[in-house]
Amino acid sequence: MTTLQEPLVQTAGVVEHERKAPGGFYKWITSVDHKVIGKNYMYTALTFMFIAGAMALLIRTQLFNPDGHVVSLQTYNELFTIHGSMMLYLFAGPFAFGGFANFIIPLQIGAPDMAFPRLNNLSYWLYLLGGVTMLFGFFTASGAAAFGWVAYAPLSSAPYSPGPGPDLWIVSIALVGFSGIFTAVNLVTTIFYLRAPGMTMFRMPLFSWSMLVTGILILIAFPVLTAALVLLYADRHYGAHFFSVAGGGVPVMWQNLFWFFGHPEVYILALPFFGIISELIPVFSRKPIFGYKGMVFATLAIAGLSTGVWAHHMFTTGTVLLPFFSALSLLIAVPTGIKVFTWIATMWGGQIRFNTSMLFAVGFIFAFVMGGITGVMLASPPIDFYTHDTYFVVAHFHQVLIGTTIFAGFAGIYYWYPKLTGRFLHEGLGKWNFWVTFIGFWITFMPQYLLGLRGMPRRIAIYSPTDGFTFLNRMSTVGSYMMGIGMFLFLLNFIISWRRPRPAGDNPWDGFTLEWATSSPPPAHNFHSLPAIRSARPTWDMNHPEHADAVPAVTGGDESAQ
Amino acid sequence: MRNESRVYLGIGSFFVLILVIYFVWSRESTGSVLLLASAGLGLLPGLYIGWWSRRMQQRPEDVDEVAPRDITGVVGQFPENTIFPFTLGVGAWLVGLAFVFGLWFAIIGLGFVFGAAIGATLESKRASLSERENRV
Repeated sequence: MTTLQEPLVQTAGVVEHERKAPGGFYKWITSVDHKVIGKNYMYTALTFMFIAGAMALLIRTQLFNPDGHVVSLQTYNELFTIHGSMMLYLFAGPFAFGGFANFIIPLQIGAPDMAFPRLNNLSYWLYLLGGVTMLFGFFTASGAAAFGWVAYAPLSSAPYSPGPGPDLWIVSIALVGFSGIFTAVNLVTTIFYLRAPGMTMFRMPLFSWSMLVTGILILIAFPVLTAALVLLYADRHYGAHFFSVAGGGVPVMWQNLFWFFGHPEVYILALPFFGIISELIPVFSRKPIFGYKGMVFATLAIAGLSTGVWAHHMFTTGTVLLPFFSALSLLIAVPTGIKVFTWIATMWGGQIRFNTSMLFAVGFIFAFVMGGITGVMLASPPIDFYTHDTYFVVAHFHQVLIGTTIFAGFAGIYYWYPKLTGRFLHEGLGKWNFWVTFIGFWITFMPQYLLGLRGMPRRIAIYSPTDGFTFLNRMSTVGSYMMGIGMFLFLLNFIISWRRPRPAGDNPWDGFTLEWATSSPPPAHNFHSLPAIRSARPTWDMNHPEHADAVPAVTGGDESAQ
Repeated sequence: MRNESRVYLGIGSFFVLILVIYFVWSRESTGSVLLLASAGLGLLPGLYIGWWSRRMQQRPEDVDEVAPRDITGVVGQFPENTIFPFTLGVGAWLVGLAFVFGLWFAIIGLGFVFGAAIGATLESKRASLSERENRV
């Protein structure tokens, strides 16, 4: 145990007690430091992203030609199932609330660590082991799960999906779900109880606000999924009939349960990345955020609304209340619109620095608005009836999710990489990374909208040459390879910074929030001293007292001198 | 603490609102139960934190202007490196695999889980006794 004193008063605050710290591999396994765990999460999530991305390229290669023969039909089903599951459960969520949040939140609110460091470590191991379990399916005789990432009943029942693959999928998601719940408990507790003195709720950086709301959403959504998985497992093995009509069950109940998790999940994936964008757009525009409180309330409104719209994925089942879910889904565009407006208004008239991070942030706004607008279209039942389960929907959610997790996520990586490692990523290569990915992104997904409108259903492995889908599919495949090259450039950038480090200094971007007030990488338990917190931009106030937007400080920041 | 409870209460009351509208309008059971549970999840912690916030003094992180006397003292005790979360994680994982590959996995897994529980308890006890203020 380490007892921590308040760092403002006692500069050498950490009272280490005499025990020899372990080193090397054992240290990595046993570390309860939020920074080590956060990095572990990020590297693991990115690894899963590369694996799932490779699956996406295989899928696109199969669809390059009509009647493609790259993989068998069964393998194709397994590929899109595990691609979706890995991207959603193992990459996008954990990357944000396990990786970024773990590393950044305690630094941003001036805490020495997460509230429950050992629980934090446990949730990483559950995530890693659970995630790997999902891949085990490929090594079983009957293959991995092949029912799509949504696992609709009755396709996911024992007769239609036999073998250990689906069970491994269920166990994997359950373990990762528990890991998410633990992380959420940790995040909410940390934000509520470990803020630095003077860091009131309405001075918290917007990323911390986003993560608080994400944590609450996780606590609402993930238990529902875990419960649904238990029911599904009981159906498959113990002869229960929750989701089978034969025994008096209701298959649509699975959809209700799943999407009650699934739709908040979409915002669990999106909100952290909104937070990242809200952090770095003000920094690179050299302006405070436009409408801080508006952003906070928009985040809370998204949290509320996102839980009330689950059945808009089920319009075509004919068992849902169309006007209710349509209205709420359309309403969600309002807080999201507030956010987009705020980002643009923040940039308006600012001294914008277009480095890689900012490029990714602006690219995110484009991609997200495109995905968001098609989302508004899909929220109206007549259009949804026409486009449901076509490539239109595929293009829509890929634009939203890649827009948030890849573009905003990479903006965050380029922004916080100096804080993580004390090094820069290469700017020139980073710009290449952005442009190749960005152009590839549009070439991949714009044709898919058209394919969807022409009636190409999703989750099909082959199409006929006479369907007229060939050209657009080829375009989409070429685009996806471009995105693959873009990702490879990122990997290259990463390796270059690892082999030839370029030191970044503690505060390379002249940042606003507390994480830039400590060294890079931060010391054990984060802070040797904290600046006085008088506004939402404490580090800015400390470094630029002439421009400080805080209430003027009587003593010039050092309160212990009073 | 007032604002912390308002975050939960705000989200919770929104669920109550849409629960009422949804239930009256659709009479559908699954969604109504889920919304009810969500409303409870929002209101329960919100009311609890709100209840506490009336009974405790304002914390230094809740006030705009921090007085120097508010920022001295102990932040908390933080653990050092420990193997037991890893042990517990492996145990939970093996118990999970038992649902796929057979019961014998669970026997090994539970061994890890109980080992981790005992080990972590002893470790915590040892660590807290090593702190000066916890010594009797």
